[in-house]
Amino acid sequence: MSSREKILSAIRSLTLEAKTLPDIPNFSSPGNLVERFTQSITDNKGEVMTKSEFEAWFSAAGFSKVISLSAQFSELATLPLPEDPHDLESLEVAIIDGQFGVAENGAIWLEDTQLGLRALPFATEHLVIVLDRNLLENTMHQGYEKIATADSGFGLFLAGPSKTADIEQSLVIGAQGAKSLRVVLF
Amino acid sequence: MTHPENAAEFLKDAQKSKWHDETLWFVRDKRDKVSKGIPEWEQLRDLASGIKDNVLANLADYLEEFERNAKKNGIIIHWAADSEEHNRLVLEILQQQNCTAVVKSKSILTEECHLNPYLEKQGIEVVDTDLGERIVQFLNQPPSHIVLPAIHLKKREISELFHEKLHTEKGNEDPVYLTQAARVHLREKFFAAKVAITGVNFGIAETGEFVVCTNEGNADMGVHLAQVHIACMGIEKILPRRKDLGVFLRLLARSATGQPITNYNSHFSSPSPGKEIHIILVDNGRTAQLARDKFRSSLKCIRCGACMNTCPIYRRSGGFSYNSTVPGPIGSILSPGLDLKKHSSLPFASTLCGSCTDVCPVKINIHEQLYEWRQEVTKTHGDFAKGLSMKLANGIFKSPLAYKISGSLMRNALKSLPNSLIYHPLNVWGKNRNLPDPPKESFQQWYQKNRS
Repeated sequence: MSSREKILSAIRSLTLEAKTLPDIPNFSSPGNLVERFTQSITDNKGEVMTKSEFEAWFSAAGFSKVISLSAQFSELATLPLPEDPHDLESLEVAIIDGQFGVAENGAIWLEDTQLGLRALPFATEHLVIVLDRNLLENTMHQGYEKIATADSGFGLFLAGPSKTADIEQSLVIGAQGAKSLRVVLF
Repeated sequence: MTHPENAAEFLKDAQKSKWHDETLWFVRDKRDKVSKGIPEWEQLRDLASGIKDNVLANLADYLEEFERNAKKNGIIIHWAADSEEHNRLVLEILQQQNCTAVVKSKSILTEECHLNPYLEKQGIEVVDTDLGERIVQFLNQPPSHIVLPAIHLKKREISELFHEKLHTEKGNEDPVYLTQAARVHLREKFFAAKVAITGVNFGIAETGEFVVCTNEGNADMGVHLAQVHIACMGIEKILPRRKDLGVFLRLLARSATGQPITNYNSHFSSPSPGKEIHIILVDNGRTAQLARDKFRSSLKCIRCGACMNTCPIYRRSGGFSYNSTVPGPIGSILSPGLDLKKHSSLPFASTLCGSCTDVCPVKINIHEQLYEWRQEVTKTHGDFAKGLSMKLANGIFKSPLAYKISGSLMRNALKSLPNSLIYHPLNVWGKNRNLPDPPKESFQQWYQKNRS
């Protein structure tokens, strides 16, 4: 008997009481979505900015290795998206579009179509996500309703920069992934 | 070594154990604050508990549905009855890829299976990429907490370790500096690895996808750069529907560290073109636990660690005192199911205060199961000294006269008896505990004087 059969028949040999799968109510909470989303991103150690604030930051920093998959900022790209994700090693900035955001925790949904390469938002030093302020959801419940039938090979709720508190619980931003997250809300 | 013996060792460094206690309480406190911001928090716990109950009641069907859908998406599924088979399957995949260096993100399951020593014996370098896990790996230690693996270490110790292993400046204890050094070191490993191993937080039956949550982004750094992704998953990690994630992702990080969500919550459905994803579904004692009526619901655990942060025993005895892959209250009900003899002292590492049960996001009755395990343990080997005192107490409480006399005797005796007798090794309750000053009179005497 294969392990598969062994495991499944061990489970099936038990007489277990039936338990109904509960329905999930559509919880949401009051409050201005943009304000709550902004607060959430700030708490997660990211930054929400306007287009002009972003442009000011970007031009002052003088980056030379930039990939932009966002139509609104395509002119900022200095590099095309490579074929091999290993070529992202020294990338300074990645600019991508977000599909929608969740106000309660700042999570932004991204799929293969936004990412180009799955490694992109992790391998880059700085991550910029461009997001329409009309595309904010209240809680994760509405978020999952929105992607109920999504069929991307990979998708992710991204809520902030790479961070760790593994050394004496001191929060450090920029562990292994992106050192910063900027959300350009337009 | 038993839990009390290990705990005594941990408590020798009073300053550090105090820090440990206070730091974990701080995390518990953050959890309280953030959960109070969610009016439906208790409803979410009920829902999570109900969903997991339904999963356990229909586990075989859900596993088959999960397998069918994952295969449809191009994921390769393996089944492992025990840790040996799990480890062998991982090795076979690595050998097919001619891979001699693998990066691994946090996975309690691979700790449970002792995958690292197994692979290392075969000449494969395993790099744990979660910062805390890399730190304990450098020290040849297991994690002492399932969410905060290096919580037992002070930055001075980490600074010394990194000076030796990563050639950081001697004496530089700045967490930012040390984290940056680890970042450079780990990114080198990510960009070199052909295969990446991760755990699984949730597997969705309806879609065949699985979800991995991190704050560091280390799981994603590994898998998206590697050619092959191996995801090691306990069979109890199933959720029926994608929308169930709405409930569980709202609960997980808030319960674990008091943050509203982990920064990276990755949903894997199918591999990138030209790449491979393997899932290894592991039993390793889970079906046996499913068969135990009283302990079945321990399989609902989502490994948030909230029960550890709140436990007065865990906070004061440290993760290593449990000598079990999953320490703390939940570990103390999971591990006896795997090896009752080895873990027989764990169900007693509790005050049965119930705080673990109160914070558990899936409402496992942890403290009641601890009590139940005690019954199982004492059936096989009872404690002679405690048993004798209980028999004696039984006789005294039965007779009002005996009670009166012994009460008065004890009040006087405790004043005059030498400590060596009161804290005699046979008195197991006297260890690390001080008696309060005995009252001058009994309650009965006080009542007659003041109220009659």
